[in-house]
Amino acid sequence: MGMTISEKILAAHAGVEEVQAGDLINAKVDVVLSNDITGPVAIQEFRKLGVEKVFDKEKVVIIPDHFAPAKDIKSAEQCKVIRDFAREQDLTHYYEVGQMGIEHCLLPEKGIVAPGDLVIGADSHTTTYGALGAFATGVGSTDVAAAMATGEVWLRVPETIKVVLKGKPQNPWVVGKDVILSLIGRIGVDGALYQAMEFAGEGLKYLSMDSRFTIANMAIEAGAKNAIMAFDELTRDYVVGRVHKPYVYYHSDPDAYYVQEIEMDLGSLKPQVAFPHLPSNTRDIDQVGDVAIDQVVIGSCTNGRMEDMRTAAKVLKGRKVHPYIRLIVIPGTQEIYQKCIKEGIVDTVIEAGGVFSTPTCGPCLGGYMGILAKGERAVTTTNRNFVGRMGHPESEVYLASPAIAAASAIKGKICSPENL
Amino acid sequence: MTKYIGKVWLVGDDIDTDLIIAARYLNDASEENMKKHCLEDVIPNFIDKVQKGDILVAGKNFGCGSSREHAPFAIKAAGISCVVAKSFARIFYRNAINIGLPIVIAPEAVEGISTGDNIEVDVKQGFIYNSTTGQEFETETFPPFIQEIIEAGNLLNYVRNRVKSDG
Repeated sequence: MGMTISEKILAAHAGVEEVQAGDLINAKVDVVLSNDITGPVAIQEFRKLGVEKVFDKEKVVIIPDHFAPAKDIKSAEQCKVIRDFAREQDLTHYYEVGQMGIEHCLLPEKGIVAPGDLVIGADSHTTTYGALGAFATGVGSTDVAAAMATGEVWLRVPETIKVVLKGKPQNPWVVGKDVILSLIGRIGVDGALYQAMEFAGEGLKYLSMDSRFTIANMAIEAGAKNAIMAFDELTRDYVVGRVHKPYVYYHSDPDAYYVQEIEMDLGSLKPQVAFPHLPSNTRDIDQVGDVAIDQVVIGSCTNGRMEDMRTAAKVLKGRKVHPYIRLIVIPGTQEIYQKCIKEGIVDTVIEAGGVFSTPTCGPCLGGYMGILAKGERAVTTTNRNFVGRMGHPESEVYLASPAIAAASAIKGKICSPENL
Repeated sequence: MTKYIGKVWLVGDDIDTDLIIAARYLNDASEENMKKHCLEDVIPNFIDKVQKGDILVAGKNFGCGSSREHAPFAIKAAGISCVVAKSFARIFYRNAINIGLPIVIAPEAVEGISTGDNIEVDVKQGFIYNSTTGQEFETETFPPFIQEIIEAGNLLNYVRNRVKSDG
């Protein structure tokens, strides 16, 4: 029986010829990631193991991004815990404020994750690296503690759902965000529970790397264990000059087993909006109706990349943000930030009446930099619209792409750039 | 311990990690802070009402969303002895096992349980007895490898034993 990409990566890391869905394996990890929220708990647990040193200082990655630059004293204490640990362990990949970015934007950019890698991260959006053809999945702090000590993780080999993307987007504003929101709308927030989501089909070639990162990032919102995409020319172009370690890339065998196949037509896909309070609560943009808003956030590990910034600027250029709207734009990394300065995107945002922040997860999880008051509504390019996700439990979050978010900031209600 | 007897708190489908413990409290991972805010946006003042040993019963996809281990930790800190659900989101599932919070998958049982019922959950034998209604249900049991972690108490004990035996 053939294997899928996910199965091949897991077999290679478990040191066996073959694995099958349902197998429980102990696998060697290439990257163990945590952040300023999950890292301190992992470090505390790591200490309990009585192990002096992490298994490999090149492979343990810790990024302060959630509440960093520190939002308050308690957050500063948590950042200090990971900083002290990184210095003590002499970690290669610890990035201080000034070099740091949102982890899932930063790791691919720095070439820390390579195709074929096995990555675990104490952050659910670790699935992002599937866009590079890596098996990447979210785990908890205790898993990270154990892996920092042993270099291994226990995993159940997931069944794979194949998502076949057909056609080419006809709507000029359709991007990866719309693909994944539409898919989650179809299969639900547990539609891929415990399973791998493999994206295939000729439609994939019309989706940029940044769009692919967005898709893989939000696979977790359908409950998936990981997302995976086969290595192609676009992946190659992305990793050249970034990844400096040797890597192996895989393709699924023609007779690989898929638990389910889902077809998606990109040609008829319209921009999507997920209504409160689940990412599966999606509607086509023309079915949204009259939804007045108070705030717009463009950024996060889902949509804080260069393509996202450029799209937002394209919509905002020469226009003004509605006087009742607060627009907050947050690039994912310092490299993206600098490009935004050079390309005039920062000027465009400020001239439109928005703010341009340094990288942070901040508002996405209701941390800081744009918390919502009771009854307020936001359109955001982030990944979750759960109750209280961005502030008061009675506030509302609508998820959409950067184009829809930027257009909504100008109009003061949810709309497409076509309606400006 | 593999048997839990307690009073039920029933919650719905897709209870996410932000509802279990909102991110706004994650700047302080102390037991006291986690406990205080556990499930507060689902059951107002939950911590004042819950009693040690109570059992949380939930619909499908319990614990979806973030990877925060703070979620099962907060539930444990609040005094909940065991969580029964129709299904669990996968990171929550492994986090609960890794930190030693007993969890049980029992879709049929959840349909036959209400808030305030007294139930008995036998994790090892795989059954739930609702002493309020007199109904009994079978539950899924864990594969042997996961059973080993559960028996070690948590993942750290399990790993510590392995690190030691590797010498």
